[in-house]
Amino acid sequence: MQLTEKHREYWGKNLKITGILLFLWFFVTFVLGYFARDLTFSFFGWPFSFWVAAQGALVAYCLIIWFYARYMNNLDKEYGVAEGESE
Amino acid sequence: MSVFGGAGQSQSQFKSSLNKVFIWYGGGFAAFVLILAVLEQMGMPKEFIGYAFLAATVLLYAGIGVMSRTNDAAEYYVAGRRVPAIYNGMATGSDWMSAASFIGMAGTLYLTGYGGLAFILGWTGGYCLVALFLAPYLRKFGQFTIPDFLGARYGGNMARLIGVFAAILVSFVYVVAQIFGVGLITARMTGLSFDVGVYVGLAGILVCSFLGGMRAVTWTQVAQYLILIVAYMVPVVWLSVKHTNIPVPQVSYGYLLEKVTAKEEVLLKDPKELEVRAIFKARSDAAVEKLKDVPASMAADKADAEKKVEDLKAANAPAAEIKAAETALAALPKDEVAAKAAYTAARTSNAARAAPPLRHAEPFPGKDEAARDIARKNFLALVFCLMIGTAALPHILMRFYTVPSVREARESVAWSLFFIFLLYFTAPALAVLVKFDIYTLLVGTPMDQLPGWIARWNVVDPTLMAVSDINKDGILQLAEIRLGGDIVVLATPEIGGLPFVISGLVAAGGLAAALSTADGLLLTIANALSHDVYYKVVDPNASASRRVAISKAILVVVALAAAYVAALRMADILFLVSAAFSFAAAAFFPALVLGIFWKRANKWGASLGMVAGLGISFYYMVKTHPWMYGLFHNHAITPEILKANTWWDIAPISAGIFGVPLGFAVIIIVSLLTKAPDKEVQDMVENVRFPSFDGKTSQGSAAH
Repeated sequence: MQLTEKHREYWGKNLKITGILLFLWFFVTFVLGYFARDLTFSFFGWPFSFWVAAQGALVAYCLIIWFYARYMNNLDKEYGVAEGESE
Repeated sequence: MSVFGGAGQSQSQFKSSLNKVFIWYGGGFAAFVLILAVLEQMGMPKEFIGYAFLAATVLLYAGIGVMSRTNDAAEYYVAGRRVPAIYNGMATGSDWMSAASFIGMAGTLYLTGYGGLAFILGWTGGYCLVALFLAPYLRKFGQFTIPDFLGARYGGNMARLIGVFAAILVSFVYVVAQIFGVGLITARMTGLSFDVGVYVGLAGILVCSFLGGMRAVTWTQVAQYLILIVAYMVPVVWLSVKHTNIPVPQVSYGYLLEKVTAKEEVLLKDPKELEVRAIFKARSDAAVEKLKDVPASMAADKADAEKKVEDLKAANAPAAEIKAAETALAALPKDEVAAKAAYTAARTSNAARAAPPLRHAEPFPGKDEAARDIARKNFLALVFCLMIGTAALPHILMRFYTVPSVREARESVAWSLFFIFLLYFTAPALAVLVKFDIYTLLVGTPMDQLPGWIARWNVVDPTLMAVSDINKDGILQLAEIRLGGDIVVLATPEIGGLPFVISGLVAAGGLAAALSTADGLLLTIANALSHDVYYKVVDPNASASRRVAISKAILVVVALAAAYVAALRMADILFLVSAAFSFAAAAFFPALVLGIFWKRANKWGASLGMVAGLGISFYYMVKTHPWMYGLFHNHAITPEILKANTWWDIAPISAGIFGVPLGFAVIIIVSLLTKAPDKEVQDMVENVRFPSFDGKTSQGSAAH
């Protein structure tokens, strides 16, 4: 199989978005988690770090996955690597 | 049976017929619950409600199994690869959420506050890794099992068989815990014994997966998801309305958390609470004294108990009191070993109850800065292991083979996490709602005016709820309540004052959660043995129908073995489940991810990396976990040995924190030292990276 320049560019873009989203995942989980004791200001009634671990991070995870699916499905079409309509 | 997909149906026709089926199903289930509610009001006995739920749900799952029976390999192993993204999301949700998530999660949060959020974070955040690193690529690869991928990517049977071993180790431990949960729930729902409960539940699992494999399991799991999510939400919403007048508990509980936090400060200083805790402290100290000279303490205990019986008899006390004193006398430990164990247990349990209540919202509590740092380190390590483990559990990854395309695989992860999220962001709210109820409404109530559910649960299972007036002031203190985590979910309908039919619904939800996870796990084990060992290694010429037949036979054997182990009631089953995450993380994650993202990773690197990661995790648990240590050594672990064996204060549950990096390191180093994989394998890696090279066909679905 010979990869064209276009294929390489597609894969490069995939790696880039994967890296960015992975950083977001790492930030909301481990960076905010590490500083949880310092981030206890009130956030609509919750201490902020408690809210992040109970709700905020979960919402962020959902958005990360949703965005990735949307971005990649569009990228597939843009680079002509989407599967044909499956019937 | 075209309801669950058949030949000659287009994907959109299939989808709309599915929608119809599940709308009818939802309506039917709602009608069923309503009819039971009416019958309850008309005076139907409570046991019948439990039986009705058990019979109706198990028959329903069996019915789906019968309707989707199949002998076709692609249908049996991967549901024909036509499960729409949203349905696969629901199936993954119930595959994922086990009895522990449904019944145990809110209780863990109640008992451990912020610390319990590690499970919430770990068991949802792992899906980011599934989405970014695994699901689309595995779908493109498009075979039947996870060891299949290892076998194809790392040429030959070595990596495949290591994968089979790890998959079975992880899944078997996990399925035993599910069947244990099935037994408990069935017993509680109906009053049957635990062992009968195990086999009734097992029958429900087997009929379904035996007849229709992945196809039956998929549609059953969708049905189970709908039951479990409704069963979880109804009582929480009700309780939220009761306390805040807002029917969205996830929004309203911040306000209640503030109140709970304020009340905690009061309870920490309350003189009556201090008095009760001092009594427990004294009891614990007394046990420590007794441990110093066990034979003398045994004699003293015996003399005391005998004297009490004599005194009561002499004073002409009521017969019940004399009987109780005699029972206490008869229950004294008979030999020194038993006495020592009893004193040690008394020491730890009383010491635990002497501890002040923890502050629910405080991250990483500890007596000083060093203790807080250790708590933080272990919290983050646990989150790490649970996340990586989530992204490496074969029964979850396998689900992404069942969708029609790479595109739907990506969407399906999003749906999966959304459906899981619904439950996981409700659980912390439920924990706070119940805590609010207990802290502000229950504590301070006179002992003779306690609500009825406390007495009822005290009778059903005192390990879940026990209340006694320790300081004899006639008023309930927080320290006088002993509460097992599972009560939080189980008793919520009663705390909220809902009719019994809702309690039955909650039990049915717990049963659905346990059965759906057990289904997926059993299938993983049976497929690994029949497909990867029998077909790929032993007899590559076996026909498709013979493979399926063998798979079904293995399924029954594995299910019976798991039921047998569950009936042994091993003490540390919950620890083993958590350990399964570390094992899965260390064994699979590095090999799978590098297999996709690094072409240079080869057979030797992957095989040794998997063994090293699994090995070090196992070794660390053996060295630091009391039960595991006891299995491999002929003496018990002591605090001194534990301290010497512990690395960087990491708890045994998070052993994967060592296994995962080591796995990566070994794969990379060994791969670089040995020959690069051949052209064919490199082409395969390239193949999985692109949904299609030319934008038309997808070359990956070889098995279709």
